[in-house]
Amino acid sequence: MTIDSVRGAPGDPGPAEPELVQLLTPEGQRVEHPDYPLELGADEVRALYRDLVTVRRIDLEAVALTRQGELGIWASLLGQEAAQIGSGRALGEHDMVFPTYREHGVAWCRDVDPLNLLGLFRGVNHGGWDPAKYGFHLYTIVIGSQTLHATGYAMGIQRDGVLGTPSAGATIAYFGDGATSQGDVNESFVFASVFNAPIVFFCQNNQWAISEPLEKQTRIPLYRRAQGYGFPGVRVDGNDVFACLAVTRKALEAARTGQGPTFIEAYTYRMGAHTTTDDPTRYRLKAEEEAWKLKDPIERVKAYLVRGDLADSAFFEEVEADAKAMARELRAACLALPDPEPLSIFENVYAEPHPLMTEEQEQFAAYLASFEEASR
Amino acid sequence: MATVTYRQALRDTLRAEMLRDENVLLMGEEIGLFEGSYKITEGLLKEFGPRRVRDTPIAEEGFVGAAIGAAMLGLRPVVEIMTINFSLLALDQIVNHAAKIYGMFGGQASVPLVIRTPGGGGQQLGATHSQNVELFYAFIPGLKVVAPSTPAEASAMLKAAIRDDDPVLFLENLALYNTKGELPDAIDAVEPAEIGRAAVTRPGTDITIIGYSRMARVAAEVADTLAAEGISAEVVDLRSLRPLDRETIVASVRRTGCAVVAEDDWLTYGIGAEIAATVQEGAFDWLDAPVRRVAMAEVPLPYAKSLETAALPSAGSLLTAVRATLAATGRALEPAS
Ligand SMILES: Cc1ncc(C[n+]2csc(CCOP(=O)(O)OP(=O)(O)O)c2C)c(N)n1
Ligand SMILES: [Mg+2]
Repeated sequence: MTIDSVRGAPGDPGPAEPELVQLLTPEGQRVEHPDYPLELGADEVRALYRDLVTVRRIDLEAVALTRQGELGIWASLLGQEAAQIGSGRALGEHDMVFPTYREHGVAWCRDVDPLNLLGLFRGVNHGGWDPAKYGFHLYTIVIGSQTLHATGYAMGIQRDGVLGTPSAGATIAYFGDGATSQGDVNESFVFASVFNAPIVFFCQNNQWAISEPLEKQTRIPLYRRAQGYGFPGVRVDGNDVFACLAVTRKALEAARTGQGPTFIEAYTYRMGAHTTTDDPTRYRLKAEEEAWKLKDPIERVKAYLVRGDLADSAFFEEVEADAKAMARELRAACLALPDPEPLSIFENVYAEPHPLMTEEQEQFAAYLASFEEASR
Repeated sequence: MATVTYRQALRDTLRAEMLRDENVLLMGEEIGLFEGSYKITEGLLKEFGPRRVRDTPIAEEGFVGAAIGAAMLGLRPVVEIMTINFSLLALDQIVNHAAKIYGMFGGQASVPLVIRTPGGGGQQLGATHSQNVELFYAFIPGLKVVAPSTPAEASAMLKAAIRDDDPVLFLENLALYNTKGELPDAIDAVEPAEIGRAAVTRPGTDITIIGYSRMARVAAEVADTLAAEGISAEVVDLRSLRPLDRETIVASVRRTGCAVVAEDDWLTYGIGAEIAATVQEGAFDWLDAPVRRVAMAEVPLPYAKSLETAALPSAGSLLTAVRATLAATGRALEPAS
């Protein structure tokens, strides 16, 4: 790569943005890509649309619950629905997902009950789903560490000798643009490459790491980094659910058949705050958000459905109403979640019995009982 | 004198030190444009520009390691790690490099680095974001670890840390940022502290309560409660975990004859264990009761508010320990009149 293709280099007029794999334009126009043919029936497109609307609605409800003090914090996926649903719907039953804290849409695709996600951020469970059962690991909050876990898990799949067979699975590691600076992430690239592990690195480049813009993490488009590690990298329009589906499918299939890792950069935008405790007006321009609004991941699918006469207004109304009803139920169920028992803090510290835990639990029980006695 | 928050004291002191010495520079995640996750670097990028205030990539090992290199050339980097939890990603750089370079290279290159980082639970940040692992650093020869509990101390100690030629881990606490205290109107009037000195922040005669950072404040609160009952508690604020001021601790316990340690970390192998050993070595013959320790429940910190509160040491649990210790002395205490 020459210096003049380096973004932000001195005197660089700014090269044209690299090519994105796109199968559906922001206007809802279907386009073809030679490497990523995709056949979708009307039912399938309607199902994707329903997914997108539903996860946006769940997310909205979670943000509202947080604002009302019912959840401790929430990291909104607003704007990233297509990246998550597209990649999530590409997954097969033997695949394993290693998410960050923002992958609510992928959780949805893995049939994790959204109530579990709310319970997690309400503090009444620590996730509460069985990762093995859903092929969806628990949320990771220390930036980047899950990419190494995903790599090790992939090496385990490889060791099982199932690659290339129908029971082969791949792993997919989700992470953000900010995470690409972490040592863990770069080490996972090295390991995945050297061991040719069956893994897909799915980077949602939402342009921001809290307040830090992409330029703080990289001077080249992120997907090009893959080349240096020795595996293919591709940038996909992260707001295009078709393209995300097609690109992830291909990468997962390559992994499952022993062709090693792929890096996917889903080029998207974090439309909301980093989390409910953040205020993005402090560090970014409204105009940028407005420009991305025009690339909305849901509107383009709607336009496509309308344009092709694949759905009528009754369908859209129904999807909307279903999502709303679901959010209402979810809210009620969230508020009804029982508070955890104080003594439960000693319960999941060790997988095996541990004398200190037993001792502490007994002491703490006696301490709690002393209050009850005192109040009697 | 002005009343300022702990946060403001830190911010004003950083600014004053940057004005005083142009070799002082700041590095870290989100410290420039965003002005720090806890707003300690407010206005500093604007005032000093990116040459002095660097937003770095999201890579703790990266910016700590780079700061070590910069310090070796005579700069005085002050690194902010968003919380002490993320210092674990930079552990190798801190422990194997910052702490060792001076000694391993025969005193030829020092590392005048400051790592500012808050610890502290109680903010519902979950198990990986709520730990107090200052012990890891207090354990390491070659490092200094300070843990001020008031705005005035924070200011005096930050000055000292920045001017110190050794690497200093400067422990802040999320629960202290909004607490208030007195500070001279002119920040230049603040004298740099002597690193390694504890302080008797409240003299007393019946029992010694030893704490640091947030727990030093909790100790003062408990001393107030006890005073109302006619019990005179002496509070020792450690202020520095390494070097540790054994003299002040021992002298206090020799006066009061018993002690409780209030620590914000886990009990087993925690800071309190070192303090208790210090007391035992230096004041054994003066002790009327065994030293008690109050610490976090030995579990990864829960996220649920109620559970987190239950797991953290508090004024309540400290008070219980103080009463139990006093009872164990067998002294007949004067009832409150
Ligand atoms: C090791 C570590 N350092 C810092 C943080 C604080 N932090 C939380 S989210 C975040 C930004 C991550 O940005 P990115 O990887 O782009 O993911 P996004 O939040 O945009 O989805 C940071 C720095 C952390 N959680 N872990
Ligand atoms: Mg990001």
